[in-house]
Amino acid sequence: MSQQESNEKSAASVRVVDTVTAVIIFAFGAVVIWDSYRLGSKWGGDGPEAGYFPFYIGVILCIASVINLLNALREKPEQDGGESFVSRSAMKMIMSVMIPTVVYVALIAGIGPIPGVGIYVASALFIVLFMRWLGRYGWGKAVGVSVAVPIVFFMMFEIWFKVPLPKGPLEAMLGLN
Amino acid sequence: MEEINSLMHGFAVALTPMNLGLMMVGIVLGVLIGVLPGLGGANGVAILLPLTFAMGNTPAGQVSAIILLSCIYWGALFGGAITSILFNIPGEPWSVATTFDGYPMAQQGKAGEALTAAFTSSFVGAFIAVLMITFLAPLVAKFALRFGPPEFFAVYLLTFCSFVGMTKSPPMKTVAAMMLGFALAAVGLDTVTGQLRLTFGFTELLKGFDFLIAVIGLFGIGEILLTIEEGLDFKGMTGKMKMKVVIETWKQLPKYWKTSLRSSLIGCWMGITPGGATPASFMGYGVAKKFSPNGASFGKGDIEGVIAPETAAHAAGTSALLPMLTLGIPGSPTAAVLLGGLLVWGLQPGPMLFEEKKDFVWGLIASMYLGNIAGLIVVLTTVPFFAAILRIPFSIIAPVILVICAIGAFTVHSSMFDVWLMVVFGVIGYVFKKLDYPLAPLVLALVLGDRAEDAFRQSMLSSQGTVTIFFSNALVGSITTLALLMLFWGPLSSLIKRIRG
Repeated sequence: MSQQESNEKSAASVRVVDTVTAVIIFAFGAVVIWDSYRLGSKWGGDGPEAGYFPFYIGVILCIASVINLLNALREKPEQDGGESFVSRSAMKMIMSVMIPTVVYVALIAGIGPIPGVGIYVASALFIVLFMRWLGRYGWGKAVGVSVAVPIVFFMMFEIWFKVPLPKGPLEAMLGLN
Repeated sequence: MEEINSLMHGFAVALTPMNLGLMMVGIVLGVLIGVLPGLGGANGVAILLPLTFAMGNTPAGQVSAIILLSCIYWGALFGGAITSILFNIPGEPWSVATTFDGYPMAQQGKAGEALTAAFTSSFVGAFIAVLMITFLAPLVAKFALRFGPPEFFAVYLLTFCSFVGMTKSPPMKTVAAMMLGFALAAVGLDTVTGQLRLTFGFTELLKGFDFLIAVIGLFGIGEILLTIEEGLDFKGMTGKMKMKVVIETWKQLPKYWKTSLRSSLIGCWMGITPGGATPASFMGYGVAKKFSPNGASFGKGDIEGVIAPETAAHAAGTSALLPMLTLGIPGSPTAAVLLGGLLVWGLQPGPMLFEEKKDFVWGLIASMYLGNIAGLIVVLTTVPFFAAILRIPFSIIAPVILVICAIGAFTVHSSMFDVWLMVVFGVIGYVFKKLDYPLAPLVLALVLGDRAEDAFRQSMLSSQGTVTIFFSNALVGSITTLALLMLFWGPLSSLIKRIRG
């Protein structure tokens, strides 16, 4: 496995991702400091102001990220034997899960003018495509699992625990709202 | 012997048919969560927590709800061992050390023995930790009644400083993860001044970040992504449990009592201080290897190498509830989620809980005894069933787990924004895990952020803004000093080594 991986092309090195992460965290820390300063980070008339505590959190966050950034820059670049963060094939695998997941979440309640189909129908579509596309199952098995799972969840949430989940046109048509 | 009376009362509270049923359901769900990749103690409990919102409306319901959730936790602790031994895949981080000797034993055809040893030592570790909680928790709670805001802030400080000093991750990455947690906790309406912090006009951010969403994303989605990347092939040993093997193994176990005791003590210590179950299991393994006469055979399938980490992990996982109940400070991410549950049901964890909610506290402690006995029986009898679940291909399990995570995130506040947030936290969890940013301090800071800030503000108010209040008396001074010692533990210990060497 690791033998194979070292031969594979890398999508990004640890050095690069580590550096970028430290910079993003630093930026976040700076935002925290800025917002705390805006709210007042000093001692007000009746005690500490709203930004008093977060201000110091932001300061520590920035200091820690600077040190992390320096440490990251000290790591070896990949061509000099530095570690790979993720190989291209692994990145492809991750994307083939992440993209459907994002589409799935978008399908539940819809985005902007596009209406959602509800969590049950979206889940069924997600499972069926996942099994077909990534698992290479036959339609029969994939459809079977993808219909059974949402039905079980429907029983569990809507009927037993009475926790309503987002529903769409199909449930409305079946009168299950 | 007041504790014994209270405990007996607790058994009376816990022993209803309804609670016993929930215990069994919780254990089975917990083992399932422990076995499946992507679902673990923390996010498993987080996903199921919303189901108990309605239960927590009555005092009896609160006891039932905590029994259900804590039993899921015990089940997850048991379940991690199954995948470690049969598949060489740790289902939970705390069962990594169990693979060292558990999997070789399974390869030698001794899977039954390894599993029996693992489950039994888990039980022993938990039992010793519960005994300790029974007698120590009331004392700690009584002592903590004297705590004011400065003392509480000092204890929070100690918790977070120990993370920096004790975790194996680079200290500045631990600090960064922790401060991120605090910063995220500050987002939203500030309850003291009524001002909006870090919301930048987004109405979704008014109520702040719920740590349950963070837990589901960081541990659930993040873990799935890591698993997919590794391209798991589940090729495992078959796990058949024969009663004869169980009894034969039980006969062997008493001679390892020293290892068990040592691991239990390590586990209890690591659980109370926020070391957690994972480092405890490694430490238990390492110490046993050092002290055992057959330490050389560790790693080749020595039963002692299964007993040591399992005992320590379970003892740590259980004793993490002691600071959660008595001080309101969880010792692990899962304990943090349970604490979140208490808050949702309207209970204030902390010393007053032992005064005001005796039924709840002692019902929970009694259920820990019962839950672990039930757990041992369940896992010993159902291993083949759970091993079969592991043979279900990942391309079926993964989408179902992702769906469960999405439902779990939605049910916390019935908000789609939270589901999106969960996806974002999932990516963060994946990147952080690979870059060695620890997730536990982030989650704990997110949970404790507001409370720590309140304690800090109140201390500052009473001292008019000078930090010397954290050294104003012997009690708070020694806790603060201890905290600073923990914070600089890394550099200090290397300095000591250099002076000696």
